[in-house]
Amino acid sequence: MQSTSILSAEVTVALPEKSLVTLTINGEKKQLELAPWTTLLDALREYLDLTGTKKGCDHGQCGACTVLVDGKRINSCLTLAVMKEGASITTIEGLATVDENATVQLHPLQDAFIQHDAYQCGYCTPGQICSAVGLMNEGRAKTTDDIRELMSGNICRCGAYPHIVDAISEVMQIDKNS
Amino acid sequence: MNSFSYVRPDEIDVAIDDLSVHHAAKFIAGGTNLLDLMKENVERPARLVDINRLPLQTIDDTAEGGLRLGALVTNADTAYNEQVEKRYPLLSQAILAGASPQLRNMATNGGNLFQRTRCYYFYDTDMPCNKRKPGSGCGAINGYNRIHAILGTSDSCIATHPSDMCVALRALDAVVHVSGRLGERTIPMADFHRLPGNTPQYDNTVQPGELVTAIELPAKGFADHYAYLKLRDRASYAFALVSVAVGLDINNDGTITEARIALGGVAHKPWRRPESEEQLVGQSASKEVFQLVADSIIDGAKGYGHNTFKVELARRAIVRALMQASKLEKIS
Ligand SMILES: Cc1cc2nc3c(=O)[nH]c(=O)nc-3n(C[C@H](O)[C@H](O)[C@H](O)COP(=O)(O)OP(=O)(O)OC[C@H]3O[C@@H](n4cnc5c(N)ncnc54)[C@H](O)[C@@H]3O)c2cc1C
Ligand code: SF4
Ligand code: FES
Ligand code: FES
Repeated sequence: MQSTSILSAEVTVALPEKSLVTLTINGEKKQLELAPWTTLLDALREYLDLTGTKKGCDHGQCGACTVLVDGKRINSCLTLAVMKEGASITTIEGLATVDENATVQLHPLQDAFIQHDAYQCGYCTPGQICSAVGLMNEGRAKTTDDIRELMSGNICRCGAYPHIVDAISEVMQIDKNS
Repeated sequence: MNSFSYVRPDEIDVAIDDLSVHHAAKFIAGGTNLLDLMKENVERPARLVDINRLPLQTIDDTAEGGLRLGALVTNADTAYNEQVEKRYPLLSQAILAGASPQLRNMATNGGNLFQRTRCYYFYDTDMPCNKRKPGSGCGAINGYNRIHAILGTSDSCIATHPSDMCVALRALDAVVHVSGRLGERTIPMADFHRLPGNTPQYDNTVQPGELVTAIELPAKGFADHYAYLKLRDRASYAFALVSVAVGLDINNDGTITEARIALGGVAHKPWRRPESEEQLVGQSASKEVFQLVADSIIDGAKGYGHNTFKVELARRAIVRALMQASKLEKIS
């Protein structure tokens, strides 16, 4: 039928093949079949049910989607899952550990965020905590000013910044007045 | 985002060939600019050639006493590289003034050169924009143009190049190495980015299909007297309204023997005026001399309404950066 020609032309365009992507997520090897345009953030949330990682802006402007790739913090909204083939990814769900008595041990930063009441709505918190883990791995922050500058990639709409800095400086044993 | 096919070659030649034989193919490195623009439908590549596995991942000494920065080294690894920190602290500081730690862990040296303008009209496909759609008009000239250029503009486009890193590279007279099907060539930073003229769709002078392989820093790093001053709407994680990269050589008797002054946030490319820099040679550092040079650098600057404040801001920023580089003023 002539009248459907525009539509059917669109439908018959062959979509690029999905590809197999192997990622180690929080220590577990996962194989996923993904279209190449799936961001790492969408792969985590939509295909692996790991909804701890949040989507704030989807444009690299807020840090809510921060995860660790081979120990380094990145914005998972601005990378494709296929680009991370073979990488080891840690999300907020992978920070706590379970000891031999099956008791869950929170990551020291998770504990400190609770102790210091370092959130209000909590939406930015997984990104803040993953970012802070990355910050500690980098070993560059020596003062609270450094923490503020090097945590500036994580926006908190609720403005919990003072408590976030308190929590991180406690875990890093950085003088609060520095 | 549109659909596209994806390949991840291991070899430089394969990547270059793949790009040139496929329609609307693009390289992807960190992805921080390209994916952002693809989500806005500003970029719609049919194929992505992922270059992250190419062997362009190292920082090496050059025979000339400089440093060669691999195109795929991340901005973070470059800024924190021991040699860069020691010999080119200006570059290190400029990189660290840009984006966020997460983005710098992704962004590559090659990708940084190619990042596109942050002009709001360029980003919004419902708006006219000669850069995105040649001939459609410029939304910014008579629109909201607070972040736009004051130097080197044209009737077609008043966009700025938003990079911090490139401003330092321009001050350091870096050279970009590119490789294409026709072979290799080098492009001095002075000629890498271009002014918009009546073809604002071209940001730079790289030809389609060419791959940046490295950025070469000459031996001279101005490690004793330098400053990168970035002025923006908030203390961190924001693009520059105006930025200034300064490198000075100063004699034991206090005479300036060489000066480099590059500006960001004011033009379609990092802005330098070597004739003005010459005026500092043979002088000793003082606020008065710096003011004269600042006037000379921004001579001819023109505001478009919302961005007119940048003219005075740039003048003062140049003076302050020179004061900091010559240690007449402490960096706060
Ligand atoms: C929220 C946000 C804030 C930012 N703030 C700043 C800031 O304050 N200052 C600043 O300077 N920058 C800032 N940036 C921009 C950031 O620095 C760039 O996005 C980044 O440097 C681009 O590098 P990439 O490797 O991710 O490039 P990609 O996105 O992978 O690529 C960009 C373009 O370059 C091409 N390309 C990449 N590598 C090569 C190569 N080797 N050869 C040929 N072509 C290539 C690609 O085809 C693409 O067209 C910000 C970005 C975001 C998202
Ligand atoms: S300033 Fe340049 S990029 Fe912005 S709308 Fe005008 S033509 Fe487009
Ligand atoms: S969702 Fe990735 S930075 Fe906002
Ligand atoms: S706690 Fe609500 S955004 Fe940070």
